[in-house]
Amino acid sequence: MRQAVREKLARMSNDEQILLRPLVETSRSFYVVAALLAAITLWGMFAYYVQVTYGLGRTGLNRPSYWGIYIICFVFFIGISHAGTLISAILRVSKAEWRRSITRSAELITVLVIGFGAIQPITDLGRPDRVLNVIFHAQLSSPLLWDVTSIGLYFISCTIYLYIPMLPDLAIIRDSGIKAPRLYRFLAAGYRDTPAQRARLERVIGVLSIIVIPIAVSVHTVIGWIFAMTLRPMWHSTIFGPYFVMGAIYSGIAAILVAMVVLRRAFGLQQYFKDIHFDYLGRLLLLFSLLWFYFTFAEYLTAFYGGEPGEMRAFWSKLTGPFAIPFWTMVLGCFVIPLSLMSRRSMRTPRGTLIAGIAVMIGMWLERFNIVVPTSVNPRWEIESIGQYLPSWVELSIMAATFSGFTLLYMLATKFVPIVSIWEIKEGREHSVREVADRVAEYLPESA
Amino acid sequence: MARWGMVIDLDRCTGCAACEVACKSENNVAAVSADQADMGRASSWMKVMAHVEGEFPDTTMHFYPRPCMHCDNPPCIRVCPVQATYIDDEGIVGQIYARCIGCRYCANACPYMVKYFNWYGPEWSESERQHLNPDVSVRPTGVIEKCTFCHHRLQKAREDARADGRELREEDYQPACADVCPTNAIAFGDLDNPSHAVHSLKADPRVLRLMEDLGTQPKVYYLRPRE
Repeated sequence: MRQAVREKLARMSNDEQILLRPLVETSRSFYVVAALLAAITLWGMFAYYVQVTYGLGRTGLNRPSYWGIYIICFVFFIGISHAGTLISAILRVSKAEWRRSITRSAELITVLVIGFGAIQPITDLGRPDRVLNVIFHAQLSSPLLWDVTSIGLYFISCTIYLYIPMLPDLAIIRDSGIKAPRLYRFLAAGYRDTPAQRARLERVIGVLSIIVIPIAVSVHTVIGWIFAMTLRPMWHSTIFGPYFVMGAIYSGIAAILVAMVVLRRAFGLQQYFKDIHFDYLGRLLLLFSLLWFYFTFAEYLTAFYGGEPGEMRAFWSKLTGPFAIPFWTMVLGCFVIPLSLMSRRSMRTPRGTLIAGIAVMIGMWLERFNIVVPTSVNPRWEIESIGQYLPSWVELSIMAATFSGFTLLYMLATKFVPIVSIWEIKEGREHSVREVADRVAEYLPESA
Repeated sequence: MARWGMVIDLDRCTGCAACEVACKSENNVAAVSADQADMGRASSWMKVMAHVEGEFPDTTMHFYPRPCMHCDNPPCIRVCPVQATYIDDEGIVGQIYARCIGCRYCANACPYMVKYFNWYGPEWSESERQHLNPDVSVRPTGVIEKCTFCHHRLQKAREDARADGRELREEDYQPACADVCPTNAIAFGDLDNPSHAVHSLKADPRVLRLMEDLGTQPKVYYLRPRE
């Protein structure tokens, strides 16, 4: 860090010093990790080059396993995206004060992960060069088109929802002059934090946080409907819309927890991501592990009780057949581990939630696997059920690159914006403490 | 307006697979290597399925030649995001190869699994290349293809009939599989035209359609084998 920058930083408030430090100071290990992630991402891009050059034959896909890793990752990543926006919007709307230090990191996950999720189905296309036909020859009755519309709208609204609450922080960086003055003058868009501007800002955030909730719900509902609208065993199910939304929020909470643990460690944010945050988010994870069990149980019981031969082939292939390992690992990751850990207070710590969060993310990836692959290889057309699916190195490389590419961009973003919202913390200190006390007093009967 | 359909008599089918070969040759369906075929990547618009019933040694084997069912209510066309698969006025379900983006949603939606994907571009040896049918477009890599009831033959038959100044006759338009079947197991024609064989055959008591309960209304009928 240059001397001039250090002096500028020293003149700022304590919050600003801690939260802006990552923007101007980069550790050696950051570069090492970033280089590693960049290498994996480049490798994945090479794999995609191979796929485009030779054709989708370079994947492990076949007939009847038309969909595989790419579609699984698509559902998984768009699911993770429910981390930010939905959680932060719901917490904002419900005036949950503990949200203040976690909203920014969560919203950033959302925006980046939608991008990485949305490229998955394009990677899956046989003719990516014709992707714009989705606009030129759009057929509204196709659930894929509902998806394009919904995800497009979601990406735009989430980007705005990330950017608008960032304005005051961008103005702080611009005024401090610690980094790229021109860039931040442009990004801060003339925000001066006047009372009029602040009032307008809060009103826009209030409206946005209500708008993004139904959009977020629609996104994963529609993704569930891609499967549910076909007549295939274990796909054609009315529960899929809500089941997917619930699963998406679940994996999203897990992703936030993992990100928070890493950020806290990497940037020394113990004062911002406190034990209480892990406790609260851990409780939320516990609630969703129970919801997950409820939905999954309802889905499988309905299929089993009906006992239709086509359904049963897919059903038993998961419970006891060739997909028993991914199926029961999913149950372990989505239910047993998070339930047993998060039901104990002593485990709702950074360490405990990290373990539960990773288990849930693995479990939720497997859930998508268990939806896509067993049904694909067990078509209703029994005479020809010759299904098998083994992903090729191309698919696995692209999947690895998606994970590394996302992590890399997230790391880079922490070098440009404070990962905890400075102004919201400040506002919490200056106003909310009193406001909440007043609000609670309002709930109570007037004292005589 | 005609409604083209097919009636396949399973009692007559010997499983010789001449229909399969005729179809591949008529429609320029490229062969794939044995490795690719083992992976489930061979295309066969018409495929003779063998169905074994009973326990060894008391088994009976039936053959089901299976083209596209050309459903009147096709699940494949609704899901296509780019309208690349369509049903025309005469009930033939077709695919626009130049528009298809290769998402394979239709292939997943089809319960009969008759939509085939081009995992690689087609390859022919030099000798095969000389025999490609100029009436049928060759599909590029990355798109879905399917049985078309040889609708290029319909086009040609119509033009010929018009040139001769007469109505289209039943024998003018027959797909390659029906044309070549040595036992005449495959009848093809206008299901709504009483003068066509398929019109009366589809009223036979032995008639069945595959997965009819799904409401897809297939226009390919089978005549159940007599015991």
